[in-house]
Amino acid sequence: MNNIFKVAAFGLALGLVSISFVIPAKAASNILAIDGSGDVQEALQEALILAEPGSTILIPEGTFHFTGALSLDVPNISIKGAGMDKTILSFAGQTTGSEGLLVTSDNVWIEGLAIEDTPGDGIKAKGVDTISFVNMRIEWTRGPHAENGAYGIYPVESKHVLIDGAVVKGASDAGIYVGQSQQIIVRNSRAEQNVAGIEIENSYYADVHNNIATHNTGGILIFDLPNLPQMGGHSIRVFNNKSVSNDEPNFAPPGNIVGTVPMGTGIMVMSNRDVEVFGNEMAENASANMLIVAYPRDYNDPNFNPLPQNIYVHDNIYGRGGWAPDKDAKAFIEPKTGLPIPDIVWDGAVDGFWSALLGPDEGDRIHIKEKEGTTFANLEFVWDMIVPWDAGIDRDISNYSGSIEQRAPIMLPQDAIK
Amino acid sequence: MLRLMLVLTFALLGASVSVAQGPVNDALLMHKRPAKLLSAYNLFSDPSVQIPNEGLHPFDLQQPLFTDYAQKYRFVYMPEGSKASYDEKEAFNFPVGTVLVKTFAYPADFRKPTKNIQLVETRLLIHQKEGWNAWAYVWNEEQTDANLKVAGKTLPVSWVDETGAVRSIQYVVPNKNQCKGCHTYKKAFSPIGPKARNLNKNFPYTGGVQNQLDYWVHTGLLDGVPTIKKAPSIPKMDDVSAPIADRARAYLDINCAHCHRLEGPASTSGLFLTYGETNKTTWGYMKRPVAAGRGSGGLAYDIVPGDPDQSILIFRLDSIDPGIMMPELGRTLIHDEGVELLKEWIRQLE
Repeated sequence: MNNIFKVAAFGLALGLVSISFVIPAKAASNILAIDGSGDVQEALQEALILAEPGSTILIPEGTFHFTGALSLDVPNISIKGAGMDKTILSFAGQTTGSEGLLVTSDNVWIEGLAIEDTPGDGIKAKGVDTISFVNMRIEWTRGPHAENGAYGIYPVESKHVLIDGAVVKGASDAGIYVGQSQQIIVRNSRAEQNVAGIEIENSYYADVHNNIATHNTGGILIFDLPNLPQMGGHSIRVFNNKSVSNDEPNFAPPGNIVGTVPMGTGIMVMSNRDVEVFGNEMAENASANMLIVAYPRDYNDPNFNPLPQNIYVHDNIYGRGGWAPDKDAKAFIEPKTGLPIPDIVWDGAVDGFWSALLGPDEGDRIHIKEKEGTTFANLEFVWDMIVPWDAGIDRDISNYSGSIEQRAPIMLPQDAIK
Repeated sequence: MLRLMLVLTFALLGASVSVAQGPVNDALLMHKRPAKLLSAYNLFSDPSVQIPNEGLHPFDLQQPLFTDYAQKYRFVYMPEGSKASYDEKEAFNFPVGTVLVKTFAYPADFRKPTKNIQLVETRLLIHQKEGWNAWAYVWNEEQTDANLKVAGKTLPVSWVDETGAVRSIQYVVPNKNQCKGCHTYKKAFSPIGPKARNLNKNFPYTGGVQNQLDYWVHTGLLDGVPTIKKAPSIPKMDDVSAPIADRARAYLDINCAHCHRLEGPASTSGLFLTYGETNKTTWGYMKRPVAAGRGSGGLAYDIVPGDPDQSILIFRLDSIDPGIMMPELGRTLIHDEGVELLKEWIRQLE
């Protein structure tokens, strides 16, 4: 309890510090308008390099073609287009660079433009503090394709990340992917026809809310992976989202973790702790509406915990799900539960005999509170390995009562000044 | 009148005055905005043949980064009386005022590598008060001077290779941010090449062949070197007398490890390729990819011992697709010899 409040207070304190930097920069703001009639690639890249901190770079309406990656390394910059359907940066002819736009500086706000058809990632921010992607569209215009770039919006190792009103389509990995970051809001966005719609990976303190994830392979994924500088993903809230009709066959190149996601997954929590999933609508997901699982692969990392711990799933709305499972849902879940696969499935992986027998320790448990008639299964994978003759599953949702401590909403400094 | 015009030009362009003779222009190097012409810095007494001015010292690296087979001429300049301090593992700590100069060039015919050389670009890495700064200058057709290109440039280059085949590429001059894309250590702009293990080799100075570290110490460029014998070293990639593991790791070190290290731009991958990395999973051995996207090529592990064709590392080095290739920048061609070396190493891994 105390810890949660301390962290929230710390977040607020950080916010205040950031604000005191942002305001003077805004006061000195300087507008750089890109001339859409000339060599936009050169003009825009020059502006991105030579802009003084505090500047706003305006990109006019039009479709502009790029052969190389753009990058920004100046802090306190806004980049604004005329709207996500009006200012279009096309990277269909890109021959160099592994993303459309790379941001490596703090306090950057990008708004009202589209990035299309990058061979690699759409827009990446690496190691930055305070980054906002607002009313942007990232799209691979030919639709789902294994040769599309991996990530649409891709902040990584960053702090204070805001993704608001984004539309992302066609990513061969995750449309919106936040990796190894902290203090994150993903809201009011739409992820469609990606392998993963929205993925929060190895991250701390995220609120993912009021988004629509549809026609992806999997809608919303909360993952934690081994062998990375930041592990132990935690304190994630996924609420008031619609994750429906995720019916795109998995087109990720094998080898990547999302390549294992079954077609028709609503929301999936893999490892991580302190995750609250509530108020979402999950429906028309053919494998499973709600999955809670351990990291399924072998790994060599003593610091990695593969288990989902202290998870609370409550007050969601479930429509049809689990009638035609894919991949592991078909291989491992269907044989145990039959069809349709229940609304909520936990693989029941735990750390050792006593946890298998009695359930995880207090504080590590899985809690569920859903309305009457919601179906559930604990597959008891570990218990099954210990006593294979007792190969039951637990469908009694009332064994999973209780809740986790609620934490305060994420507050971001860039939100406070708007 | 001429003088007045020069003054005016200087005032108008800030930093584009060309000086034919005299010392290296320290003040201009420290200017926030770069000069428009490379000649303004007075780094070379004869730029077109890369004859360095007083105070600019040539050097090379035991194992260079692959840049589409370009030849590279490297120089270091430190202001009078200042010197770098030695570091066993990392790039030396260079004083403010240091300039690292690298010119990229292609001979018309690699079978005659010293003849008909075309200078393509010269990159400056300048240690200013606020930190390192990088600028690229593209040589003019007459090869008399080079022009600043802030946003980078793509230009056609062709040559005849060692086998007599004509090779043509769209050579990519990086912009400042792309420079930093690799030249980042602990989030700050930083040199990569001038580390003890890369410099610990002989160089043909005008006064005779000498170990570079030895030369740097005796010329007053470097402080704190224990003894040359104790300084680390690496083998060249084609030195078959050295163990293949050392050659492969040295190759990965200079080509990949500036990003692929905990303190570098590819920290997020968890794949760290510095020469001293001892954790096998960390340098890729049966390590699963992270956020590789289609860079994984459908393969499960970065390095599968004994099986280069199942190793993502090889897949990505053997590609020129921008969504797959590694390194992300700095080449448009596959380095066949590098790929072969790494394949052979992986074949022998157990």
